[in-house]
Amino acid sequence: MQTSRVSEWLDRHMGRLFLMPAVVLILVFSIFPLVASLIIAFARIRLTGGGFSVRFVGLRNFEKQFFGSEQFHLLGTFTDISVIGLLFGLLATLGLIWWMVLYVRAHFSVVGFLGRMITFLMALGLAWLFSATLLSGNLFGTLGTTLFYVFVGCGIQFLIGTALAYACSFQFRGTTSFRVIFFVPMMITPIGVGYIFRMMADTTKGPFSGVWQWVGLGEFAWASDPWAARIFIVVADSWQWIPFVFIMLLAAFESVPRDFTEAAELDGANAWQKFTEITWPHVLPVAATVMLIRVIEAFKIVDLPNIMTSGGPGIATESVSLQSYFAWRSLDLGQASAIAYVLLFVTVIICVSFFNLVVLARVRKAS
Amino acid sequence: MLSKNLKRMATTAVGAVMALTPAAILADGHYDGVVVNIMTRPGPVIAGRMVDRGKEFKAMTGAEIRVAEVPFAELFQKILTDWATGTRSIDVGVFASGWGVEYVSAGLVENLDPYIAKDSKIDLDDIAPFFRDFNQKVQGSTYFITLDGDFQMLYYRTDVLEEAGLQPPKTWEEYLDVASKVHGMDMNGDGEADYGSCIFKKRNAQSFFAVQSMAASRVQAMGTNEGIYFHPDSMKPKINNEAWIKAFEIYKATGEYGPPDELNHDIGDSRALAIGGRCALMIDWGDIGPLSIEEGSMINDKVGAVIMPGSKEVLDAATGKLVPCDSNRCPYAIDGINFAPFAAFGGWTGAISKASDAKVKQAAYDFLSYMNQAEQSNVDVTMGWTGYNPYRNSQLDSTAAWEEAGFSKAAAENYLGAIMESLNHPNMASDIRIPGAAQYTSVVLDREVARYLADEISVEQAVANIEEAWEEITEDFGRDEQAQIYALSLGITN
Repeated sequence: MQTSRVSEWLDRHMGRLFLMPAVVLILVFSIFPLVASLIIAFARIRLTGGGFSVRFVGLRNFEKQFFGSEQFHLLGTFTDISVIGLLFGLLATLGLIWWMVLYVRAHFSVVGFLGRMITFLMALGLAWLFSATLLSGNLFGTLGTTLFYVFVGCGIQFLIGTALAYACSFQFRGTTSFRVIFFVPMMITPIGVGYIFRMMADTTKGPFSGVWQWVGLGEFAWASDPWAARIFIVVADSWQWIPFVFIMLLAAFESVPRDFTEAAELDGANAWQKFTEITWPHVLPVAATVMLIRVIEAFKIVDLPNIMTSGGPGIATESVSLQSYFAWRSLDLGQASAIAYVLLFVTVIICVSFFNLVVLARVRKAS
Repeated sequence: MLSKNLKRMATTAVGAVMALTPAAILADGHYDGVVVNIMTRPGPVIAGRMVDRGKEFKAMTGAEIRVAEVPFAELFQKILTDWATGTRSIDVGVFASGWGVEYVSAGLVENLDPYIAKDSKIDLDDIAPFFRDFNQKVQGSTYFITLDGDFQMLYYRTDVLEEAGLQPPKTWEEYLDVASKVHGMDMNGDGEADYGSCIFKKRNAQSFFAVQSMAASRVQAMGTNEGIYFHPDSMKPKINNEAWIKAFEIYKATGEYGPPDELNHDIGDSRALAIGGRCALMIDWGDIGPLSIEEGSMINDKVGAVIMPGSKEVLDAATGKLVPCDSNRCPYAIDGINFAPFAAFGGWTGAISKASDAKVKQAAYDFLSYMNQAEQSNVDVTMGWTGYNPYRNSQLDSTAAWEEAGFSKAAAENYLGAIMESLNHPNMASDIRIPGAAQYTSVVLDREVARYLADEISVEQAVANIEEAWEEITEDFGRDEQAQIYALSLGITN
C-alpha cells in the first residue's frame, strides 16, 4: 500500500523532479548573480582581509550616473539645445503621444497600456537625449555611442547579410565555397578581430600603411577622430557579424517553398513582386528573430572598442559595457553594477518593445 | 666540420656545467615539496626573468616557483580578490608598488621586517633611498621587495640634436622648442620625415603617468614628502590649479611634434618608433637604454638620457598660481630650475600574502630576496627584455656590466648618470600610494586627460572634473583614513 502511494507520488511529480537539476543550476548560475549584482548596485563594496565590507548607499550609484559627476559619461553633456534639436524633440514627443492616442482609441487593455507607456517613456527619453546631445552639437556619452553601434551596426549587418543570403539562395557555381569562407569571421574571437582591424587601420606603421599612403591617407589618424573611430569599430563589428545574419537568412530563404514562387511566376509576377509578396513574408519571422539576437548582442559590445581604441579618443568610442568594465577593473563594484543595470533596463525595454510591437504584430497579422 | 661540431658540443657542455654548478653547490633541498605561486603581468617582461630565476632557485632550495600571468589591466583586482576572499591560490603578488598600500590597509600583506632582520644577503643600504624608504614601506614597516626601479627620464637622440646644434632640454618649454626645431628631419635615413617628440597618449594605457611627470616639477618643490596630489592635512585635491593646467597644456602641445595617430599610441608604440630611429625626444622609464642596444635597434649609441625636465615656476598651494622659483620656494633647484623626477608606477615589487603557510611565506621571501640581491639584479637590469630597471646604487657604480651587455662606455656613463641623478634626487615625486589609487589616477585622471587631448573638454573643465571625482572617491574611502594613509605614504609621521 505504502509502495504504491510512493509510486503514485513519483508518477505525479516525476516531471518536476527531472526539471529540478536544470532549475537549480539556472538559479545558482544565473539568478543568483543577477540578484547579487542588484544588491551591489545599491552599495559600496570594499574587499578586506577575510572577505568584504558592504555599505548601502541607496540610489547614489544610479544618481551619480544620471544627475551626478558621471552624467556626462553615461548620457552626455547638456549645455544648450539647438533649434533643430528642439524641433526634433517636439516632433518626436507629438509622434509618440499620437501613437498612444491611436492605441487607446483602437483597443485598450491595462496590461497593453502599461507596456506601451514603458516603451513611450523610453522612446521619449532617447529622443530628447538625441536632441540635446548629437543634434545640439554636444557630446554624447556611452549610451549614445552604444545606440550608434546597435542601430547603425545592426542595420548595416542586416542589409548586407540579407542581400548576400538572398543572392546565395540562387544556386550558382561557387556558392558552397563562398558560404564556408564567409562563415569564418564569425568563428574568430572578437579580441582577434579587434587586433586585426587595429593593425589594418594603422596608417603609419601597419601592414597596409603603404596602401593608406598611396590613397593619400598616410597622415590620417582614424583613432584620433571620434566619428572615424566609431565607424571603424562598426566596420570591424559588421565584418564579424554579417556572416551570422547571412547564414541564418540563407536557411530561411532556402526554406521558401518553390511551389509558391513557381505559381506566382505562372500568374505573371515579376521578381520584385515575388520577393515582396512571397519570399519576404515567409522569411520575416526569422529575420526579426535574427535581428533581436543581434541587437541584444550589440548592446553588450565591449571587446572591439576596448582593443581598437580603449574607448578613445576621449570617451568617443566607449560603450556602456566598457564603462562598466572600467569601473569593475578599478574595483568600483557598486558603480559597475549600477551601469550594468542601466544597460539591462534599456536593452530589455527596447528588445521587448521590438518583439511585441514588430514581431508579434506581424505574426498576428499573418495569422 | 667535425672539429667545428666538437667545439660546439664542448661549448654547450661547458655552458651546461657552468649553469648548473652554483645550483649544485648550493642545493640543500630544504624547501623540497614547497610550491610558491606568483601572479604578475604577462611575460617576457617582468614574468620571464622570474621564471628563469625560479628554476635556479628550485635547483638551490627545492622550492618550486610557479608564475601565473594575467593581463596588466586585471592584475590589481585579481590579486585583491584572491587575497581578500581567502582563495589562497596566490602566495606572491608582483605588482606596482603604489597598489600595495590598498592591500596593506586591507590587512592582506605579510610584514617583511622579521624576514629582513634574519636576511644577511639583501643589503638594504645598497637600495636607493626612495625605493628603500618610500616604495618598500607602509607606515614605517617593509611590506614589499623591490624588483624594478621605475621612474621616468627624458631620452634624446644625440646625433639629431648635435646636427641641429641643440642641447638636451632642461625645462618643458625647452622640450617643446627642441621638438619643434627637429620635427620633420629624417632621423633614420629612410627618406621619411620623422618626429620631434614621441610620448604615448592612448587612453586606458599609461598616458596618465606622462602628464604626472610633466606636473611634478611644477607642483612639488620641497622634497618627496610634499606630494603632488593632495593637501595632506585636509585631503583636498591639489589639482585645480595653474601647475596642473600647464602640465596638461604641455602634454597636448607635444602631440604637435609627434606621429599623427599618437592619441592611440601606448608605450609599446612609442618605444617601437624610438627604437626605429623615428623620434628625437621621448620620455620613458629606464627601458629605452637597454632596448637601444638590442638587435634591430636604429639608435644604438645614438641615444642620451637626462633627468626629466623641470620648471622655473612652481605652485603656490595657497593661491593655486604659479610663482617663480627662488631659494625658499625651490630649495633643490639647480640654476633656478626645479626638478622632480616622477617615480611613475613606482616599479614592480613583490608582496607576500598573509594567508599563506609559514613555510611557503619563508620560501617566497627567500625567492624575492634572491631576485633583489645585487648578484642577480645587477645582471637582470642590464637586459632590456626583462623590464627591470636599476634601483640599487651598485647597479650604477660601474659601467662594466653595462658595457658587457652591449653599451659603449660613453653611452653607459650617460645612461647611468641620468639614472643616478634621478634616483637620488631629494625632490623625487612619489606615485599615488593610497587606497583607491587605481580610481584616482588610472580611471579619473586618465579619462579626463584623454578627453582634453581629444578636444572634448577644455583644460579648466578637465581639472575641475578631476577635483570633483577625486573628492567623491575620498569621501567613499573615508577622508580621515585617506589623509592618514596619504601622509604616511609621503613619510609624514607627525
